[in-house]
Amino acid sequence: MDTDHHEITVSVNGVRYQRRVESRLLLSDFLRHDLALAGTHVGCEHGVCGACTILLDGEPVRSCLMLAVQAKNHEISTVEGLTNKDGEYHPLQQAMHDHHGLQCGYCTPGILMTMTAFLNENGSPSEDEVREALSGNLCRCTGYQNIVDAVMSAAERMRG
Amino acid sequence: MSTRTFGEPIKRNEDRRLLTGQALFIDDVELPGMLHAAFLRSQVAHARILKIDISKALQRPGVVAAYVAGDLGDYWQPGPILVPPPPIAGIIFNERTQVPLAKDKVRHVGEPLVIVIAETRYIAEDALDDIDVELEQLPAVVDLEKGLSPGSVLVHEDVGSNVSAHVRQTKGNYAAAAAKADRIIKRRFWYEHGISSPIETRGVVAQWDARANQMTIWDTTQAPVFVRNGLAGMLGLNERQVRVIAPFVGGGFGPKIMMFYPEEVLLPWVSMKLNRPVKWIEDRLEHFFATTHERGQIHDAEMALTGDGRIVGIKDVFLHDGGAYDPYGLTVPINSQCTLLGPYVVPNYDSTFTQVFTNLPIVTPYRGAGRQHGVFVMERLLDFAANELNIDRAEIRRRNLIPPDAFPYTNEIIYQDFEVLEYDSGNYEPVLDMALDAIGYNAFKDEQAAARLQGRHLGIGVACYVEGTGIGPYEGAKVQVQSNGKVSVATGIGTQGQGHFTVFAQIAADQLGVAVTDVDVVTGDTDQFYWGAGTFASRGAVVAGNAVNEASKVVRKKALKLASDLFECSEDDLVIEDGKVSIVGIPEKFVKLGDLANQANPMRGAVQPGTEPGLESTQYFGPKMGATANGVHAMIVEMDPRTFDLKILKYVVVHDCGTVINPMILAGQIHGGVAQGIGNAFYEKLVFDDQGQLLNASLADYLLPTALEVPRMELAHTVTKSPLNPMGIKGAGEAGAIPGGPLFAQAIEDALDLKGRGVELLEIPLSPSRLFELTRNAQR
Repeated sequence: MDTDHHEITVSVNGVRYQRRVESRLLLSDFLRHDLALAGTHVGCEHGVCGACTILLDGEPVRSCLMLAVQAKNHEISTVEGLTNKDGEYHPLQQAMHDHHGLQCGYCTPGILMTMTAFLNENGSPSEDEVREALSGNLCRCTGYQNIVDAVMSAAERMRG
Repeated sequence: MSTRTFGEPIKRNEDRRLLTGQALFIDDVELPGMLHAAFLRSQVAHARILKIDISKALQRPGVVAAYVAGDLGDYWQPGPILVPPPPIAGIIFNERTQVPLAKDKVRHVGEPLVIVIAETRYIAEDALDDIDVELEQLPAVVDLEKGLSPGSVLVHEDVGSNVSAHVRQTKGNYAAAAAKADRIIKRRFWYEHGISSPIETRGVVAQWDARANQMTIWDTTQAPVFVRNGLAGMLGLNERQVRVIAPFVGGGFGPKIMMFYPEEVLLPWVSMKLNRPVKWIEDRLEHFFATTHERGQIHDAEMALTGDGRIVGIKDVFLHDGGAYDPYGLTVPINSQCTLLGPYVVPNYDSTFTQVFTNLPIVTPYRGAGRQHGVFVMERLLDFAANELNIDRAEIRRRNLIPPDAFPYTNEIIYQDFEVLEYDSGNYEPVLDMALDAIGYNAFKDEQAAARLQGRHLGIGVACYVEGTGIGPYEGAKVQVQSNGKVSVATGIGTQGQGHFTVFAQIAADQLGVAVTDVDVVTGDTDQFYWGAGTFASRGAVVAGNAVNEASKVVRKKALKLASDLFECSEDDLVIEDGKVSIVGIPEKFVKLGDLANQANPMRGAVQPGTEPGLESTQYFGPKMGATANGVHAMIVEMDPRTFDLKILKYVVVHDCGTVINPMILAGQIHGGVAQGIGNAFYEKLVFDDQGQLLNASLADYLLPTALEVPRMELAHTVTKSPLNPMGIKGAGEAGAIPGGPLFAQAIEDALDLKGRGVELLEIPLSPSRLFELTRNAQR
């Protein structure tokens, strides 16, 4: 296969990275292996499970369905950037811990990114709305109930 | 002792790393000079291999090596039998285990033919396209009955048939009992269980360090100790030279224990050969046929009853799809055979199964591990018996429950742990009552009728089950007080999200008077703990948990002894809490645990003969046999009578797994199990064509339940302690997943009045389209 390379600059969690990448390199692989931000997980590589969800300019996207070059000059947020400068949990991380919203934890980063974006859009969601928003992320361990509770509780906490 | 944490909903120690993206999973292992592996796998289910030409692949820039079966020399061996057949009279077992790379024949789609090693994963995968393979395709064995018919094509020609195993087990005399019975209920059942599909697929990283003469293997395994022992033997190394690390593992549910997958065998060999680290990460497509399944059984079953609905006997003859190889022995069908008996008095039982070789991926246990199949048969037979005898569905169950004074209750046949199937303890009727109360069973008839008047179709289901858990042989734990006062616990089992870092910490914390957060638990690293069997059969908390308890008790004793020497007082006058040992009533007179640990490792001077250094102990625990948990699930569904769309309105679980260590983590285990049970019952089906091709090998086509399909669950517990271990606990990992099938069948029949329409639901999984077919066929 022909390969061509591109210089790209992306911002991840507020840090600018300049790298030369192969055009076919997936954004998920770029984040995980080139930038060593391995908190973003890959579950299916076909955009169904949602484990690799990151925020691109604040919108949740599947990093396994994007190429690294497409992220050029964009702002990316990953799970590594969720805590504040003092290492304190984001309210959703805290709620996931409090409500036992994770077991093996593999799907968790994608869920955190999807649902923090959701909570930014909808600060007072109903349980049905939370379930609908969560339905693009597969979790095989928890049966979702504690994740739903965590998101509802985080929403409440974020409303203050 | 300070506040007891045992039994409390303590939040998990492991969460922080997982929530901040700092937990090490297999694909996060990055090593200098690491190579990447990709596998060329058979795209057909059954074929003779005529030619494999890898020369072009080797010319591709970035490709370092490629190997076929012939390149492996003596290293090419069929894998070991992991679970030998149990000691049952008259048993037939034909052992045919999987091979690292197919040599003469391929026997299922996905069986590896070539391993390619390259500088990047992208290049390794590119090179698969360069390989030229010629196969002579053979007809595939897919259908169990056709596979056993004379003249069928054979998966293993040298066996002479497609019989992998044949087992008959009996209790009492069914034929004699049936001859006197008032009613015989007889049906044919089809039950399929799917693929565990953890969100993390499998992976292996192997690093041979020639200078240190040391092999390190990171592996998404549930059983690191067995992997180490097996691979050391194959590689010609001592066990001490091999370290297997199961890092954070993203879910397992059974199939990650099927040790000696081809990839596990090949990666270390390649690393030694090339003297470089090698990584392989399974992709989701591979996972659908390179990782083991559970799949199907066909049961011809009959139940003999008295006129008032008491079971006098059951006869069952079933076929079990074993897949192309049988490395896991008979665990799954034995579980089906044994668990069918459930919480009921069944005086006479005659059960025969045949495990069939098919040209489909290998079958090993997946959460429930065959128990579902048996429970479906029993619960459905009871439903049909209730119908025919005009007895309420809950009432017929109640009449047959084993009474509380009958424990230990022996079922006489041999269980998966090779012991006679004996239930250690139980009190079943209160569990049923609580479930009926919680679901509103008595009020439901009126509710249903009222809803029907509004054109809504509601149905109710109630299903009972037992679960054999916590089987032997044993596990061990090393508990060690560090000089900073924190406690280290190491055990040999692997962990895949069960909360071991917290529940084991709770056990040690209570014994040693430290905070749960000050207990650091290590699982799944063979250099941290040498011995053990693994995480399976809902046994981690029971077996390893009790080992942690025993070791912690010894360390506690040691601490008290050292402090009593120090303070020149009796051990009875000492209290151990808040990380220190102090004299009762004189809190200012204390010594920190860390200081005691330091003092127990003196630099100079003499010690008493027999003194062991440090504050540590290693203890082992092996139960005599498995502990039997039980439960009842109840559910109300609403069905759309035209589209067969299903909505769960209420789901209740009442469960007894003995003493509870952490109710929050237990609830999580139940929730997750129920979600998988729901998937099994109504959403997940592996669809094969008659050539053995899996037609829905993607998560877009194989439907895992989402947050929209899994309802809120109501949980309740009773506690009947197990007499088999000092803590009285029973396992809970699989229970949630077990009774979903019969629950769905029952509730759907009820909602759609299928009895009145001459339709019986005799199979799992169901789905809207399958319900449409079944009802349409009945109309014709």
